Amino acid sequence: MIKIDGLTKRYGAHAVVESVTFTVKPGIVTGFVGPNGAGKSTTMRMACGLTRPSAGHATVLGLPYAEIPNPGTQVGVLLDASAQHPGRSGREVLSLSAMLMGLDGHRVDEMLDLVGLPAAAARRRVGTYSLGMRQRLGIANALIGHPRVLILDEPANGLDPAGINWMRRLLREFAERGGTALLSSHLLREVEVIADELVVIDRGRIVAQGSKTELLRGAGTVAQAADMESLAAALKAAELSYSGDPRSEGFIVDAEPLVVGEAAASSGVVLAELRGADGGGLEELFLRLTAEDTRDEVLS
Amino acid sequence: MTAPTIAVDKLRMLPAVPLGRIFRVELRKMVDTRAGRWLLIAIGVLTAAAVVLFLFFAPPEELHLSNFAGVALTPQGFLLPVLGILLMTSEWAQRTGLVTFTLEPNRGRVVVAKTLGALLVGVVAVALLLAVAGVGNLLGAALQDGVGGWDTGGGRAFVYVLILQVSAIIQGLAFGMLLMNSAAAIVCYFVIPIGFNIVFSTVPALKGVAPWIDLGTAQEPLFEFGKVMSGTEWAQLAVTSLIWVGLLYLLGFVRLLRSELRSA
Repeated sequence: MIKIDGLTKRYGAHAVVESVTFTVKPGIVTGFVGPNGAGKSTTMRMACGLTRPSAGHATVLGLPYAEIPNPGTQVGVLLDASAQHPGRSGREVLSLSAMLMGLDGHRVDEMLDLVGLPAAAARRRVGTYSLGMRQRLGIANALIGHPRVLILDEPANGLDPAGINWMRRLLREFAERGGTALLSSHLLREVEVIADELVVIDRGRIVAQGSKTELLRGAGTVAQAADMESLAAALKAAELSYSGDPRSEGFIVDAEPLVVGEAAASSGVVLAELRGADGGGLEELFLRLTAEDTRDEVLS
Repeated sequence: MTAPTIAVDKLRMLPAVPLGRIFRVELRKMVDTRAGRWLLIAIGVLTAAAVVLFLFFAPPEELHLSNFAGVALTPQGFLLPVLGILLMTSEWAQRTGLVTFTLEPNRGRVVVAKTLGALLVGVVAVALLLAVAGVGNLLGAALQDGVGGWDTGGGRAFVYVLILQVSAIIQGLAFGMLLMNSAAAIVCYFVIPIGFNIVFSTVPALKGVAPWIDLGTAQEPLFEFGKVMSGTEWAQLAVTSLIWVGLLYLLGFVRLLRSELRSA
């Protein structure tokens, strides 16, 4: 169980993560998804006690991460697969972790086996590894202490489709045994394959969360207005829940188009677009988020 | 497989990672990369090389124990602090700190383990230095008609060497923690004392206070192994060490505890 409660991180006046709240439940795989720079890594680092939050707090298994005794045996963490000393061998990286956690040396071989790193590769220096191999090593390092919880930042990055499929099976088995798994990705496709629940973050705020089937069903209505702020107010007045941000080009409202139209009309909001979110509300939302970020990059 | 859930009370009662284990891991991290191994090998080889060169090129009347120890001191004095610096900065430069500090979130304990590890290496290096100097002295008497004196000033020489090397290591650790960047820390470690020394030895008004402020000046008596240091000299050494070793280390420690670890 991971509980993220109102986590906020500001650098000066700029909030990288703003009031992020969600719970990661045991027994399922939760995907944490959003465009690059949306605040995923910062949130995960705060959950692991590496970055001090400006506000809010996080607990893992009921305790703040830093208070968990010998945390490697409770929580498997992979925050950056490339953060390894290039001069150390893969096997040595795992041996150090095993030693620190007080584990049997044979765990190292078990893990190498599990992630499919052959003995010859494990003896090589990490500096010679491909990103995919570093990810496998990082996952081995996260799993070595028999953890109950997994926190993985972009673990599928650099894996080929077969590798992603392997990770899906690995995490599924982990969850089926009752483990809690949170993994992040900037690619919806990747997370869609692996996760059961999704938490979508954009510009430091959660914009959607729920089960994958629920979010991907795309129930609801896409609504856009010339004045998005007043549309937001109108939807709130009509007690309709919606996702999306006033800065974006449209909301996805959890209601039939007719209901949304009535809500807009009763507040005198001029709609620019109103239609059923046919298939893939999340996908549209995500595409829009990603497109906006791309546009921001082009403009800046 | 560990049970998927655990009660918070039970979780809290589980044993923490013992300091001894962190210490052993940190020691191992010093030798399990090529860079680390070569640094230790270089310390050993240069210590021996300095003694050998001195043995063959110094005049016979200078071939006695404290001189042998003195020449072996220089290469160690350069490399031991580098070891200390790299021990700290590698956690940031290679970002291995992301793993180190998630496996042991109490960063203070990691720093203590690293410091003890560096000090152990320092003590072993000093023992090696004395052993090599002793062998050099024997060979000097046998091969080069050296005077072969064994005077250590009643063991003072050992204490002086130890003080010098331990200060250098702790200062190295401190610069590593303060700057968290290998190149910057190494440059500052060597340049700042030189700058201070130049200022204090050239500005007339400062010359008088130099031994109270400049570590290099206060440490000068330590290099004369036979010398009995006066109470004032000890006091000066204590004050400058407190500033340049103790305070610097403390500032570095605080910085390390507070700084944020970033992923890519």
